Amino acid sequence: MDQTGAPLYAALEAVRDARIVPFDVPGHKRGRGNKALTEFLGERCLSVDVNSMKPLDNLCHPVSVIKEAEALAADAFGATNAFFMVGGTTSAVQAMMLSTLKSGDKVILPRNVHQSVINSLVLCGAIPVYVNPQTHGELGIALGMSAGDVQAAIAANADAKAILVNNPTYYGICSPLKQITEMAHQNGMRVLVDEAHGTHFYFGRKMPISAMAAGADMAAVSLHKSGGSLTQSSILLCGPNINAHYVRQVINLTQTTSGSYLLLSSLDISRRNLALNGVELFDKVRRFAQYAREEINDIGDYYAFSRELINGDSVFDFDETKLSVNTLNLGLAGIEVYDILRDKYDIQVEFGDLGNILAYVSVGDKNKNIERLISAMCDIRRLYKGKRANLMESEYISPAVAMSPQTAFYAKKRSVPLAESVGGVCAEFVMSYPPGIPILAPGEIVTRQLVEYIQYAKAKGCVLTGPESMDVSHLNILEEANRVG
Amino acid sequence: MDDLWYSEYHSPNVRFSIRVTQQLHHEHSDYQTVSVYDSPEFGRFLTLDGVLMLTERDEFIYHEMIVHVPMAVNPDIRDVLVIGAGDGGVARELGKYPGIRHIDIAEIDRRVTEVCREYLPQTACGFDDPRVELHIEDGLKYVRHTRKTYDLIIVDSTDPSGPGEVLFTREFYGSCFGALNDRGILINQHESPFYATDAQAMQSAHKRILSVFPVSRVYQAHIPTYPSGHWLFGFSSKGLTPLGDMDPLAWNRLGIQTRYYNTNLHCGAFYLPNYVEELLKRDE
Repeated sequence: MDQTGAPLYAALEAVRDARIVPFDVPGHKRGRGNKALTEFLGERCLSVDVNSMKPLDNLCHPVSVIKEAEALAADAFGATNAFFMVGGTTSAVQAMMLSTLKSGDKVILPRNVHQSVINSLVLCGAIPVYVNPQTHGELGIALGMSAGDVQAAIAANADAKAILVNNPTYYGICSPLKQITEMAHQNGMRVLVDEAHGTHFYFGRKMPISAMAAGADMAAVSLHKSGGSLTQSSILLCGPNINAHYVRQVINLTQTTSGSYLLLSSLDISRRNLALNGVELFDKVRRFAQYAREEINDIGDYYAFSRELINGDSVFDFDETKLSVNTLNLGLAGIEVYDILRDKYDIQVEFGDLGNILAYVSVGDKNKNIERLISAMCDIRRLYKGKRANLMESEYISPAVAMSPQTAFYAKKRSVPLAESVGGVCAEFVMSYPPGIPILAPGEIVTRQLVEYIQYAKAKGCVLTGPESMDVSHLNILEEANRVG
Repeated sequence: MDDLWYSEYHSPNVRFSIRVTQQLHHEHSDYQTVSVYDSPEFGRFLTLDGVLMLTERDEFIYHEMIVHVPMAVNPDIRDVLVIGAGDGGVARELGKYPGIRHIDIAEIDRRVTEVCREYLPQTACGFDDPRVELHIEDGLKYVRHTRKTYDLIIVDSTDPSGPGEVLFTREFYGSCFGALNDRGILINQHESPFYATDAQAMQSAHKRILSVFPVSRVYQAHIPTYPSGHWLFGFSSKGLTPLGDMDPLAWNRLGIQTRYYNTNLHCGAFYLPNYVEELLKRDE
């Protein structure tokens, strides 16, 4: 298909230029009813914040320009169908899960998934079968799933309906996706891929394989991360064996009926840009990340890791556009470096966990900002270098699942002080955000190791989210009577 | 003569204008626009991104004040690093000291040096000194990578809104600290205290330097073509103080010819107006 067009964007411009008299929502009426907002966001922005209308199609039931824009997107990503999503990649992940799984169905997945995956288990009542991701000893990070572990999980759970794969993880690590997909399909299981961090796999050169190229059935792609669209916009991709009409019905269960045209047009424009200029754009990002990695490794004590981690299995491939840096040899937790960068150097990185920071490098970066990041890390080493002792490594803690997340979430529960929750069945989520990967999920047994981990993460300044108790001083666990799941 | 004027906004509501006879040069380099004009009052002058950098008529004030103040505090300075200064003016003043052994200049934009050599020999003659070594490189990167230690680092940067932005950051000052020896001095152009935007840049630069260097003082000069005409410089060190450690006799014995700087003015330059002291104190 000809990727030079942007039908949704063109339709919005036409509607704006036609100067149609608005007697419909939104009530700000092209911004005139809200001067302060218009001054802040700009008249051009407010003039296209409009509602569904005949020339602009309808996101819930696309028949014209949205349909055309989605078809162009599907073509650009090598998918059979594409859906524009306005509820973040969270909504794309939920649609993927809810259209594949029903209550009681089993799904095979790694535990280092985004919270949206486990949230959707609460919604649909599916049962998780966790595959332990391998962990990297020195870095203390969870890697991908090994093909052997997935094969074993399939053999032990022949009734599972689907396998979910991260492609890549937040740190840029890819599992053997093609091999996993083939195994799954041989056993009649669907393959769902969380590609929140993988938009560029579809457009750049020398990238890890994308979900659609690997033959996966569905993929949730965060175009707003590496793809450059507006925050909260996303795309859901479907392969040839998926009933797109059913997926549309599932999406409409929870999706707004007032989809934002700002978000939708940003998807259309970004898709065109990626299709036309993606190779060049991501070559530039890779060069930036590669340069920064070399310079940071040259400083000493930091370890900006890359393709040398590849082992053909649990690290099947590595996304070189990711700039992840291990800080433990500096004597600082990743979260501490993250805080120092922001508080002392006015540099905001994507996240810091116990052992690493991730600096998000993108097409919007400039040489001088890359230099600032490198120099700030150099200066932090000069000023703060300590001993590695007393740093906990964020090792993977294997979850003990007592019951389905849905059963635990809706069961009778009581709040207890964190330290006293050991042995109980957790009824809520605990996660460090970002990266937003749950430490505890509903239905899992609380262990002493987990409580110590949570206390340590709190002490180091990680932002913990999820529990009703905002400061995570307490935890909701199931009433004793509910213990037998 | 045609009624041609070069204008620069010193604030959104104030414009400073110089009558020009012609534009001698204009180009977009990889980093900025570079222009040279000729004028009846100020002679030739250089602008970067439309901001006036120096004029033949008053550049001596800036260059003398950024060089002779630290040289009078430590006459034993041997190795000097200059960041920016693609016009050569700082090198010209440093060249007056026979005791200086080596001058490294890290300028990011090769075109600035080339344009100055062509149109502004008055300052670009500084590059002819055999002790000068010009490095076309990002200043922040140069300081981070250098394995040398210097007696003096001079930061002759553009405003923090352009490519000079990185030279106003804590990571830059920290890298400079690491590249200076125990008697090392850092001099930076410190913007103006008068108009709000400049004053803000001045305050945040001061705050960041204070967090890095144990000694950090500010001094002033009157530069007619810079916003408000009242310009500040920063003097930072690991211990040397600009008044306590100054040796007027030693400096005067060198017999260096200057038109603005003298050792009495050196002392006076560190006595600041009350409103400037207040702006600086907010961060101390």
